[in-house]
Amino acid sequence: MTDIASSAYVRQDLIAERPAPVRMTGFVGLMRTRLLNSPTNILITIVSALLLWFTIVPSVKFLFVDAVWTGTDRTACLPENAGFAVGACWPYIQAKLPQLIYGFYPEAERWRVDLTFVLATVLLVPMLVPRLPAKALNASLFFFAFPVVAFFLLHGGGITGFGLSWTAGLLQLFDDSIIGAGQVLLSLSKTSAIAPLLWALGSLIVLVGKAISWLIFPLTWLRDQLEGSGQSVWSDFAITTVVVSLIAFVVGGGLRTGWRALAWSIGTFAAIALVIKLMGLDHGGLPVVQTRLWGGLLVTLVVSVAGIVTSLPIGIALALGRRSTIPLIRIFSIAFIEFWRGVPLITVLFFATYMLPLFLPGNFTVDGLVRALIGIALFTGAYQAENVRGGLAAIPRGQGEAAAALGLSWWKTTSLIVLPQALRHVIPNLVNSFISLLKDTSLVSIVALFDLLGSLRASFADPKWSAPSTLFTGFAFAGIIYFLFCFGMSRYSLFVEHRLNAHRRN
Amino acid sequence: MSTEARKPPAQIALKIRRVLGGKTGWNGIVVQFVFAAILGWIGYEIVSNARANLENQHIAAGFGFLRNNAGFDVNQTLISYTGSDTFLRVFVVGLLNTLVVSVVGIVFATVLGFVVALCRLSPNWLLSRIGEIYVEIIRNLPLLFQILFWYLAVLAALPNPRQSISLLGIAFISNRGLVIPQPIGQAGLDPFLLVLGFGIVAVLALRIYARRALFQRGQMIRIWPYVLGLLFGLPLATMLLVGLPFTFELPQLKGFNFAGGSRIIPEFVALTLALSTYTAAFIAEIVRAGILSVHKGQMEAGASLGLSRGTTLRLIVVPQAMRVIVPPLTNQYLNLTKNSSLAVAIGYPDLVSVWAGTSLSQTGQAIEIIAMTMGVYLLISLLTSAIMSVYGWRVSRSLGA
Repeated sequence: MTDIASSAYVRQDLIAERPAPVRMTGFVGLMRTRLLNSPTNILITIVSALLLWFTIVPSVKFLFVDAVWTGTDRTACLPENAGFAVGACWPYIQAKLPQLIYGFYPEAERWRVDLTFVLATVLLVPMLVPRLPAKALNASLFFFAFPVVAFFLLHGGGITGFGLSWTAGLLQLFDDSIIGAGQVLLSLSKTSAIAPLLWALGSLIVLVGKAISWLIFPLTWLRDQLEGSGQSVWSDFAITTVVVSLIAFVVGGGLRTGWRALAWSIGTFAAIALVIKLMGLDHGGLPVVQTRLWGGLLVTLVVSVAGIVTSLPIGIALALGRRSTIPLIRIFSIAFIEFWRGVPLITVLFFATYMLPLFLPGNFTVDGLVRALIGIALFTGAYQAENVRGGLAAIPRGQGEAAAALGLSWWKTTSLIVLPQALRHVIPNLVNSFISLLKDTSLVSIVALFDLLGSLRASFADPKWSAPSTLFTGFAFAGIIYFLFCFGMSRYSLFVEHRLNAHRRN
Repeated sequence: MSTEARKPPAQIALKIRRVLGGKTGWNGIVVQFVFAAILGWIGYEIVSNARANLENQHIAAGFGFLRNNAGFDVNQTLISYTGSDTFLRVFVVGLLNTLVVSVVGIVFATVLGFVVALCRLSPNWLLSRIGEIYVEIIRNLPLLFQILFWYLAVLAALPNPRQSISLLGIAFISNRGLVIPQPIGQAGLDPFLLVLGFGIVAVLALRIYARRALFQRGQMIRIWPYVLGLLFGLPLATMLLVGLPFTFELPQLKGFNFAGGSRIIPEFVALTLALSTYTAAFIAEIVRAGILSVHKGQMEAGASLGLSRGTTLRLIVVPQAMRVIVPPLTNQYLNLTKNSSLAVAIGYPDLVSVWAGTSLSQTGQAIEIIAMTMGVYLLISLLTSAIMSVYGWRVSRSLGA
């Protein structure tokens, strides 16, 4: 072995160390590769740095360094009194904070708003974390139970009946309308040229109406009996529970497999009874707070959550309708979607505010907030329909065909096979349209509702706080709130998208 | 024993079933009937309620009010308008104001959007971060918030006309709006416009001829010297011959306000600023996605054919990126037009503001006025989507070939 070392062609000494390679990672590497690698880039970097300097430094100075932090009215925020060029006037936000969050909601009742916010957070957070279980229960609580509870919490008031009375009332209204239409036709037939035809049609419709009124007679009779008794809510509730549970039992498969459905139904009604008892809905509930007293962030969140909750079912129905093979339903869905997507939201809100009341019966007044909500639900529903349709189109045909081969009906195919997959595909798109919905809620301030932006604008008019920097402070505050909500949601949508595409990454 | 082919079953019933009920057949027909009955019932309810309500409020339905005198003033009109003109003219004035703010907004938004997209694509780290911050901030704030911010906070904080900020001494910006020089036509205007029009037509014809020569005979014709000559040289020569086409009237500060020049109202400035910066953020994302969608190999293939970088970009990358960019870009233009209706919040006299706002409260004809307003926007968006579907058809045809 020693002769190898002595061979002439074997190097005897080590090669000198080469210098370490230029760092291409970390901050220094970044500077070298992407900031200062060429004369043009150096120039661009300098210009960009100057741009950042002239935007960030004044903003930080305005928000923190030069800001006034304490005070009771505008005098604290005047440069003469503060002794320096005043930046943000934070005491103004402090004074206006209740108005920006609750609007004119009575001070003694504001715990109800807080409670609603807490409830929403408790329900929403577990739904957004993909790892937590019981998504179906959670979603049904958020989409069905929460809106009702939130309504009685925020608006107050109680109920005088339950399922039975409501069904009876609705059916009676429907019946009255049908008989009314028939009688209009009959009265027209006296003067018209096609009198016999109109008369026949009118009598037919009146006859149908009469038949319906006989059919629903047991219901209306029972309702009148209940209203006579003292405990109308609870007896109505008991009857509804029994009827609905029985139907669930029979539809669920009767003695063979219906027990699960029965248990679910009874459990749900027990929960409803608990809520009614807790909130005292059977004897008046909480004191009523009219919606015109609502305002600020409360209205912004109410409108966006209500928009989310109502627009999704509308969107799903329209998307299914647009893919339907039945011509009339398809045409109607297309026309409906394209109409609402073709007009600006502000005209929709004008429509809901000025035109909708004309379309409803004269004795039927709709609250201003509810009108705006209807407009927003229709408008957002059309956009959601297009999102959902994208998801439906992404599901391979084979899924539906396999379900058909197993003998599932259209409803079962759609609700068990196609929709769950499609909705999972489009979660990022749905979240993105919720972001634009949250931004669009600011438009309700144009139809005289005071959302966050509306309350902000109203607070500018207060002479007690009119200082040069008030406007910028208010906009900075509202901007930060909007940004936090929207940016948070957009990050969440990116996170979900990333998770959904996990199988495509390599 | 003769075997005869059986007669095919009658097709007519099947065909009717298919036409009326779609794939679902008789079930479909029943569903449609029920659906039509429900729609008819809702329609009947709406019409009868509306009729009763209008009668109660003593409002006569119909479009007769269009010929009545409007009796209010509008602070920006592109066509002559006074308070004694009819409501129909108010409608036209509002529509024109909407269109002008949309067009100006679209131009600025496109320019700014492409600039921001280039920033985001820049290899310079700092510049691309700046582009990203811009897009994130603008996209996550409501448009109405931004409009109000520009109008209430920024423009209102500008000095009054006497201390207005002068831009090179020809334009002045103050809290009363932007004052710019006004062009006034002179004797040379007509020949100038005539020559300019001729130049544009000739350039287009030249370009078509050059492309045909290239595609059919493989002959490269350099046209840019002729283009320059036609577009700039010829009008310049006419100007020297017959005199200036127009002169500019400079704004002068007189007393508390400006005299001369034309004033752009602050509402217009705020609305254009907000609309174009907001839409630019969306356009930037679209353009960036479009350019990223072109495969890297395309650039390399162009280089291997011996094309220069600029030529590769112009002839290979941009046409392919445009195919991805144009449909969503049009959508953004449409959004900008629809968003211009937010003008009502700051009192810019657009269609929604003067028509669905002022005229509605003056006449009370809610149904007619809101239907007309919605109809205008619907018409614009349907036209655009029709044009876009033709474009999509042409693109898919050219891809197929």
